[in-house]
Amino acid sequence: MSKVEGKYNEFTTLPLWNETKKFLTETADITLFGVRFFKEGLKLPLEISETINQCYKIGYKSLPLVGITAFIMGLVFTIQSRPTLQEFGAESWLPAMVSVSIVREIGPVITALICAGKIGSSIGAELGSMKVTEQIDAMEVSGTNPFKYLVVTRIAATTLMVPILSILANAIGIYGSYLGVNIKGVVSFQLFYSQVFEKLMFSDVIPSITKTFFFGFAIGLIGCYKGYHSDKGTEGVGRSANSAVVIASLLVFILDLIAVQITDLFYGL
Amino acid sequence: MDYKEQIQDTVQSNLHKSKGVPVIEIVNLKKSFGNNHVLNGFNLTLYEGENVAVLGKSGSGKSVLIKCIVGLLKQDSGEIRAFGKDILSLNQAELDQIRTKIGFLFQSNALYDSMTVRENLEFPLRRLSIIKTKDEVDDMIQEALENVGLPDTANLMPSELSGGMRKRIGVARTLILKPRVILYDEPTTGLDPITAKEISTLMNTVHKKYNTSSIIISHDMSCLKIVAQRIVLLMQGINYAEGTYDELKNSDDEKVKEFFE
Repeated sequence: MSKVEGKYNEFTTLPLWNETKKFLTETADITLFGVRFFKEGLKLPLEISETINQCYKIGYKSLPLVGITAFIMGLVFTIQSRPTLQEFGAESWLPAMVSVSIVREIGPVITALICAGKIGSSIGAELGSMKVTEQIDAMEVSGTNPFKYLVVTRIAATTLMVPILSILANAIGIYGSYLGVNIKGVVSFQLFYSQVFEKLMFSDVIPSITKTFFFGFAIGLIGCYKGYHSDKGTEGVGRSANSAVVIASLLVFILDLIAVQITDLFYGL
Repeated sequence: MDYKEQIQDTVQSNLHKSKGVPVIEIVNLKKSFGNNHVLNGFNLTLYEGENVAVLGKSGSGKSVLIKCIVGLLKQDSGEIRAFGKDILSLNQAELDQIRTKIGFLFQSNALYDSMTVRENLEFPLRRLSIIKTKDEVDDMIQEALENVGLPDTANLMPSELSGGMRKRIGVARTLILKPRVILYDEPTTGLDPITAKEISTLMNTVHKKYNTSSIIISHDMSCLKIVAQRIVLLMQGINYAEGTYDELKNSDDEKVKEFFE
């Protein structure tokens, strides 16, 4: 064995090298999984009724959690921000500041994180247990394309539902803020909302909604990928659900960072 | 065709005449997972109306074999012909068509947890676009449930059923498409001896009523004694021994004897 070969072999046995290789392989696998989603999703016949069923499960059933969180978030954010603005004599800016913050950043990101936790883990666990108990194989021998029936419908549903949940979270959060403003003062509903809409621009709303489509896609993609490739056994199902939440949450922040850069490029923040 | 091939052809043809029409033919099947050579040139012919059991130790490749037959796994080499068609050369539509003729009972039953028993039975009909009117579907479901002795379970969820009942519903779901071949993957595993015997009897009833051919993967000898007309012992990826239950039981080979002790 030459010296170079020896050094190479030594390097490839390092734990860091193995982890890097594993990370790159998984990234490539997830990318291919995403490409397959578009390929299978465009093939006829479309699984419309199952997609609607998933939209109901993913969207409607997540609404209470997203709504309550958004309401508390708007209320608390307002109460916490008031003293600082008061110090600068800018208390009247409170509705505008809170609403812009909620619409641009807090609403979409918090909604996406809640969905990554609730939806990502449930998709990961559901598909993982289906894989382990051979239900996916049973589906295939029943003449069903399991990728299309299980994966495409779930990714489509998360991609469509996370933006809707985010819009509702923004509205509920701003309403929470209105109540927060009125705890230590009296501001009419009309005045509050006129101040909110005076400062909210399309350049705040459009990028914010656009990025939630990507958040939803990422949450569905990771949940489905982890579940679909679950190892054998119940331990594997738990691991799939857990890693679906961790990776999806991390991806939400990475996508948010990219979205901010792109928005800055187009709108100049 | 030279002289030797002609003789071989005649022998094969006579064999078919004596045993019936082959429905599944497996020739020199090889399948590996990394360095683990699971199937190493396995051969099997299943004739119409015949019940063949594949016996072997855990991890010997029995389940891999039947998963290759329905195209859930792809073999590395060798040929699998189902109803005269090479499984590997079929496109998706043709493979789905073949799958309607081959029922598969999974080891874990693989009932869909989120669906009722009725929806579980309806699913293959709906997906394969052979769903008829609501009344016809109801009749088909009722017939399948009556065949397995569970006529009043249509609205139950799989989680409400016992292990034996789940197995029976699995058989009912397999039967609903009226398959010509049924592949049973460890049908009695995890069941008590009485329920296991009931399932074995049910398999025999299905065989007689619908004249199905079956490949039964198992190492439950009491089940095989009831259902198998021929037993193939799969060891080291090849046909290690073959014969009827009594022939193998009386074999002098130590490895074969181990299964009957």
